[in-house]
Amino acid sequence: MQQELRELYQQVILDHNKSPRNFRKIENPTVALEGYNPLCGDNITIYLELDDNKIIRDISFQGSGCAISKASASLMTSMLKGKSVDEAKFLFDKFHHLVTAKIDEEVDLDQLGKLAVFSGVREFPARVKCASLAWHTMINALEGKGEKVTTE
Amino acid sequence: MLLKENNTELKRQINYNVEKIRSDFPILSQLVHGKPLVYLDNAATTQKPLHVLHSLENYYYKQNANIHRGVHALSQEATEAFESSRIKVKKFINALGKNEIIFTKGTTESINLVAQTYCRKFLKEGDDIIISEMEHHSNIVPWQLICEEKKANLKVIPISETGELIFEEFEKLISEKTKLVSVVYASNSLGTVNPVKEIINLAHSYNVPVLLDAAQAVNHLELDVQELDCDFLAFSGHKLYGPTGIGILYGKVNLLEIMPPYQGGGDMISKVTFKQTTYNELPHKFEAGTPNIAGAIGLGAAIDYVSNVGLDRIAYYENTLLEYATDKISTLSGLRVIGTAKNKISVLSFVLDNIHPHDVGTFLDFEGVAIRTGHHCTQPVMDKFKIPATSRASFGMYNTFDEIDILYNGLKKILEVFK
Repeated sequence: MQQELRELYQQVILDHNKSPRNFRKIENPTVALEGYNPLCGDNITIYLELDDNKIIRDISFQGSGCAISKASASLMTSMLKGKSVDEAKFLFDKFHHLVTAKIDEEVDLDQLGKLAVFSGVREFPARVKCASLAWHTMINALEGKGEKVTTE
Repeated sequence: MLLKENNTELKRQINYNVEKIRSDFPILSQLVHGKPLVYLDNAATTQKPLHVLHSLENYYYKQNANIHRGVHALSQEATEAFESSRIKVKKFINALGKNEIIFTKGTTESINLVAQTYCRKFLKEGDDIIISEMEHHSNIVPWQLICEEKKANLKVIPISETGELIFEEFEKLISEKTKLVSVVYASNSLGTVNPVKEIINLAHSYNVPVLLDAAQAVNHLELDVQELDCDFLAFSGHKLYGPTGIGILYGKVNLLEIMPPYQGGGDMISKVTFKQTTYNELPHKFEAGTPNIAGAIGLGAAIDYVSNVGLDRIAYYENTLLEYATDKISTLSGLRVIGTAKNKISVLSFVLDNIHPHDVGTFLDFEGVAIRTGHHCTQPVMDKFKIPATSRASFGMYNTFDEIDILYNGLKKILEVFK
């Protein structure tokens, strides 16, 4: 495999594509939101369960998409479980910068953990949306944009 | 699998020299990601031969002027070049007269023109328009818009598991309420060639006009509008090895005459006062404003080029490519071809088990292979086959058997990485 391609499809990404984590529905989510990328037809639903202190108790996803979008959702859900809403927003900004930064720009990988495997995405402008779909859906769900599924 | 070995035989039989053709397309001899470009996205747009590029250059270098109104030499020369392209189109599709050939931006605008003029005038509440399940969005949405406005109904002929139109369902749908049938001649996502002659015959028995979306057919099938007896036919220049931004609407003269104008402006009028405007004669009635003059000239050059090679020979060659490619990639485990109609143009859509088309597209790109991945602007087709997207390789006059081998080897590598 060529270098750029190997950077895009790192082993971690291939693994998460093959066996996505948290790939399930949460029956009574605090909020659930469907994200859709009309350009490629990628479709993802993020389920979130928050407690009273705005801590993400559980997070999961379902849907269909390419390896990049699936692995991104899988890694995101693994990363955010147990985090606060503010931490989730902070990581969203970090991740967004990681995949959209200019090629020659220095990116701070601190606190990104495994998400650093997406650093190759910025070389593929056509694939940035694949990597960020889950994140945008998650943040919109947290900020109450779009249709909310609430539980009593 | 003998086809490839038969290449020399093929060359002799139909005198088809693909290497000579390739040398006319300078864009093909470049590297992508360090690999020779294998351009298999011809259903999206085709590359342009030198003959077309030179015609564009020549127009802007030597002929550029506005058409139809100037008395000076350049204007007359530009007008002549523009109008001679119209005659080339007329001959190419065997229209009765050049006044039946309207220049548009492309297939999409051609279809919208009919929706916004013919249907705006003649479509009434409760009427039906019939399309098929395999239409491109550009042959769905214009009808939805006008049907919504007129409170008319859009009826859809379903397709089978092989991606063929179910003709008996069309027979059930058509009725006295039908005002127009608009179907694709050849499907961009499945490759299916529809039995348009039968469709037209049945529609005409109800006195219903038929529009053919020939965007994908135009560079694969010989079109004869008189033989077909279609009432409208739409296609784009850029899928016929011509420039983007230029297309054709063919319409029978008796229909074009009773249709109101599409857009108002210059060139489409014969006399304007603030009280009343009388419209110009056909085809100018539908060509408001300065048209894409260079585009029309380029389209004329593309028609010359294609006619010179011979569309029948191109079609024969492309069919052997399609057959070879279909047989070859079908041997890959987990690969399923979407669109297995008996009669197809050289479009090969497929899906791989557990590998998303976008990943396929990115991997192949690194092999130098350009294919299309996605829903191909035919979301209802994807819904029908319960898939989000396909990978689509589509072959043109300059593709080779070796390029299909490169596609095949690229797919094998992907299967290895994702196994």
